[in-house]
Amino acid sequence: MLNFLARRLTQIVPTLFFVSVLIFSLQQLLPGDPALVMAGEERDPAVIEQIRHQYRLDQPVPVQYAYWIKGVLSGDFGESLRNKMPVRELIAQKLPVTLQLGGMAIVIAFLIGIPAGIVAAVKKGSAWDYGANLFALWGISTPNFWLGIMLIFLFSIELGWLPASGYVPLTENWRASLAATIMPAFVLGNAIAAVLMRHTRSAMLQVLESDYVRTARAKGLLERSVILKHAMRNALTPVITLGALELGTLLSGAVLTEQIFSIPGFGKLIVDAVFNRDYAVVQGVVLVTATIYITLNLVADIAYILVNPRLRG
Amino acid sequence: MKMFRLAATAAAVLLSLGAAQAQTTLRIGLAEDPDILDPTMARTYVGRIVFSAFCDKLFDIDEKLNIVPQLALSSETADDGKALVIKLRPGVKFHDGEPFDAEAAKFSLERHLTFPGSFRKPELASVDHIDIVDPLTVKLVLKSPFSPLLAQLTDRAGMMVSPKAAKEAGDKFGLRPVCAGPYKFVERVQQDRIVFEKFADYWNKDNVFIDKIVFQPIVDATVRLANLKSGGLDLIERVLATDLKEVRADSRLKVATAIELGYQGVTLNIGKDKAKGPLSQSAKVRQALDLAIDRDAINQVVFNGEFQVGNQWVNPDHPYYQKSLPVRPRNVEKAKALLKEAGVTPPVSVDFLVPKGAETETPAQVIQSMAAEAGFDMKIRVTEFATGLKQAEAGDYQAYMLAWSGRVDPDGNTFVFLHSGAPQNYGAWNNPQADKALEDARSVTDPTKRKASYEALAKLVQDEEPLLYLYHRRIIIAHTTKLEGYKQMPDGLVRVIGLKLK
Amino acid sequence: MTDAALPGPLTQADELDSPARRARRRLFKRKAAIFGLVVLTMFIVLAMLAPLIVPYDPIATSWSLVRKPPTAAHWFGTDELGRDIFSRIVYGARASLLAGLISVAIALGIGVPLGLVAGYRGGFVDALISRITDAMLACPFLILAIALAAFLGPSLGNAMIAIGISATPIFIRLTRGQVLVVKAEDYVEAARALGNPPWRIALSHILPNILPALLVQATLSIAAAIIAEAALSFLGLGQQPPAPSWGSMLNAAQRFLTQAPWMAIWPGLAIFLVVLSLNLLGDGLRDALDPRQR
Repeated sequence: MLNFLARRLTQIVPTLFFVSVLIFSLQQLLPGDPALVMAGEERDPAVIEQIRHQYRLDQPVPVQYAYWIKGVLSGDFGESLRNKMPVRELIAQKLPVTLQLGGMAIVIAFLIGIPAGIVAAVKKGSAWDYGANLFALWGISTPNFWLGIMLIFLFSIELGWLPASGYVPLTENWRASLAATIMPAFVLGNAIAAVLMRHTRSAMLQVLESDYVRTARAKGLLERSVILKHAMRNALTPVITLGALELGTLLSGAVLTEQIFSIPGFGKLIVDAVFNRDYAVVQGVVLVTATIYITLNLVADIAYILVNPRLRG
Repeated sequence: MKMFRLAATAAAVLLSLGAAQAQTTLRIGLAEDPDILDPTMARTYVGRIVFSAFCDKLFDIDEKLNIVPQLALSSETADDGKALVIKLRPGVKFHDGEPFDAEAAKFSLERHLTFPGSFRKPELASVDHIDIVDPLTVKLVLKSPFSPLLAQLTDRAGMMVSPKAAKEAGDKFGLRPVCAGPYKFVERVQQDRIVFEKFADYWNKDNVFIDKIVFQPIVDATVRLANLKSGGLDLIERVLATDLKEVRADSRLKVATAIELGYQGVTLNIGKDKAKGPLSQSAKVRQALDLAIDRDAINQVVFNGEFQVGNQWVNPDHPYYQKSLPVRPRNVEKAKALLKEAGVTPPVSVDFLVPKGAETETPAQVIQSMAAEAGFDMKIRVTEFATGLKQAEAGDYQAYMLAWSGRVDPDGNTFVFLHSGAPQNYGAWNNPQADKALEDARSVTDPTKRKASYEALAKLVQDEEPLLYLYHRRIIIAHTTKLEGYKQMPDGLVRVIGLKLK
Repeated sequence: MTDAALPGPLTQADELDSPARRARRRLFKRKAAIFGLVVLTMFIVLAMLAPLIVPYDPIATSWSLVRKPPTAAHWFGTDELGRDIFSRIVYGARASLLAGLISVAIALGIGVPLGLVAGYRGGFVDALISRITDAMLACPFLILAIALAAFLGPSLGNAMIAIGISATPIFIRLTRGQVLVVKAEDYVEAARALGNPPWRIALSHILPNILPALLVQATLSIAAAIIAEAALSFLGLGQQPPAPSWGSMLNAAQRFLTQAPWMAIWPGLAIFLVVLSLNLLGDGLRDALDPRQR
């Protein structure tokens, strides 16, 4: 266990190093000059030169990289070219939004995916099973952005029930906040619910055929309590671990969803930054996203080992 | 199932939100997230809309494009055109309580002129130095006569900032701007909202009736409109022309429009075309392309006929429009004949650089389809804005769909695009006569003489076709009927003075 | 987007019977997979025979038919330039299917050799490849694709390359994992003991044994790639106008949601159907090829 942990931890550093190199080389590949974009309609060569100099865009790439890494190691992610805000502040402003969205999406995913998976497993081969499977496939096969557009069309434009876009912080007005985030959270959660449903179903099927469930049944326990007490507990642990892992992929899914719903979170921040060539923001956000993703992976791995004593060794 | 139940709950939640508020708040939906809110560093059109709520300028414009004083009282240009004396409004305070006087005006102008990375520097390039005449009078001493200067001062270059706050904040001033406008900055959450509240010591406070203004960027036009209809917003900018019919039919909404100061056009690469295609080599071929385009049809098909077609850098209703050079109707036969005269065999292949976005991509496809009938093969290459700019600078295109938001003075719509070697002359058009006309128009103040210079320029542009001017957008603002007193100015800005919310 | 679901490791090859034949038999027993196959085939036929099928030229504009709802003449209605949406959907199938196939082919072409090398050689090479793979997986998939597509310049071909590269790490990781399992098998040990060079062992002993897993993942990845292409086109980084692609049709439709909802419904439905059938097929393949489920 300790060995494993140590090995995983030592892998994190080189991985993050490659992430940073990857981001940096990607942005060098990106065509277009950030200074030019920043100038917008006012393209005076002298001013543009000045911006290039100020943000060290006129220096060799390795030098720029060294400056950036030096800053990052001391907690300074640089500042946005577009609005001069420190990237760290931007991240602190946006991360909670996406976390709320992601959290809600996970809750929705669990609320739909796990019951559907259990029902499908318990009533294997029945209409319930088919229905749940169908739902799972629909969830995996619908393009996020299309579902988003359709939801806006239905609930905001046609019915006028929900705001089409925008965000209200939970602390300010929790009801408005939920109303504003329910559609994007559903769009995000829908796909994960499908994945969770499939995993729950197969895990449940495995457990239901195991010896101790058979023993429990043989002891004459009610089927319901067999399922609730014995089967579920064993089947769900890995599924929940998996759900935690999905939080990482949520950050990726948020990219388009936030764009469509105008949610001022991580996804929108990064897409806008890529298109505006706001390098410092792209670098900072991707690095943080990658770190979160890697950490979640690690936590999931550890959790997995903890609940599966056989894997310890 | 679950989805519906959740939605229903949320809907109920929403309904309960409409409770009455003690304060009046005007919520404005913007089409983009503005850039930095520092008048020295700002460079977007959408940013200008926000500025007009909190940052007063020395001068402003009225509906007829006359320049009227705002923080100034009056101005006088010296006889030789080499100085501008501005008398300032007394009793004006900045949001931090600092007084606005000649000292502050000098500071603001000098900040625009000298601050590292200032985008105002080119606009004020004619200013040599600024003298303080008395506590409420400044004198701008010019290097050479520059008639558009007063017009520059109706925009960001004329915005006054609190010297104290600006000195303290340095290049971070835009994060907490302090100006002398009707509203003062409260907070900003990037890509989400910018909040302002009424400034109690505003010099014109008797005409400010709304307590708070919140700007919210909502990129998607359909979603923006949905928010206005649902009551989530009170006013939105850049309503789609194709949505206009629907908005007009809605009794709860009102529309305010004006034709823009800018233009939509296609820049043709003349001097930097690496492939040396027929378009860059022959004015006849460019004429043919111009004649192949049916401007009215573009307007009808893409914009429901709501925009105004044009052929110059100002719209046909503008005082500087040259009526002697009207829009020429489409003439495919003549276009074909011109191609023949030029000695090229169709199809003429054209690398057509089009910035990403429906407002450009759709008309570009209409142009493509029209030009095909005259013998042009316009190969559309949609690029995101950042890449497109770089390629335009490098000359990697033959035709470039480009819009300009427009300036009050025609100089702002012409000089940087048409003067040889000017920064935004992407087509590298080089015509000494045009250069002379542009320079003349800058050095004289008499409108008749200026108009004559621009007429010469318009004639040259029509013959040489460095830029095909196509149409002028209608600035469309929609607001709820609760909002009263809204008037649209041709610069597209949303002015908040005199607005009332029922 | 790529997380769709990695198949569990397929531990051993079946010695009995012909595995391929048995797999086929098992696949055809699944109605869902058959449904997927049928729908997919239909779309492939549509795409291949597009010029023969479509009633109109997909890029022919008509100023008098702008945004008209579905009629007998235009089954799916017309778009913002009066073009026939049905014809554009059919031609769009070409773009989408091609994008799915080619980008996954690219991902396989880069990912499998790297995965083989990493898994077989181990040591520093493995560590290097694995860390880079981890790094790529840790970056949001769409951001990688957007950045690459922007770098390469917007076109359908470049979007395919961008998606292909972004989808590569998942194949590296899968191949490597499979190689590690297979490597320990007796027959591989035996082949090594006989002095076969590593490349031959990799190609003739290891690769065939990991093919089923790759096939399943490839099917699911094609589905993901089609969605990714639509997303890139939606953001304006894919197919160039006036050529149709489902993503760019959706992009244009967004502005006319209230006035012309049919513009958004058809392309979305088309993406959904193709991706659904690929997923059904992938599921079927996985079950059919999994020796544990007999």
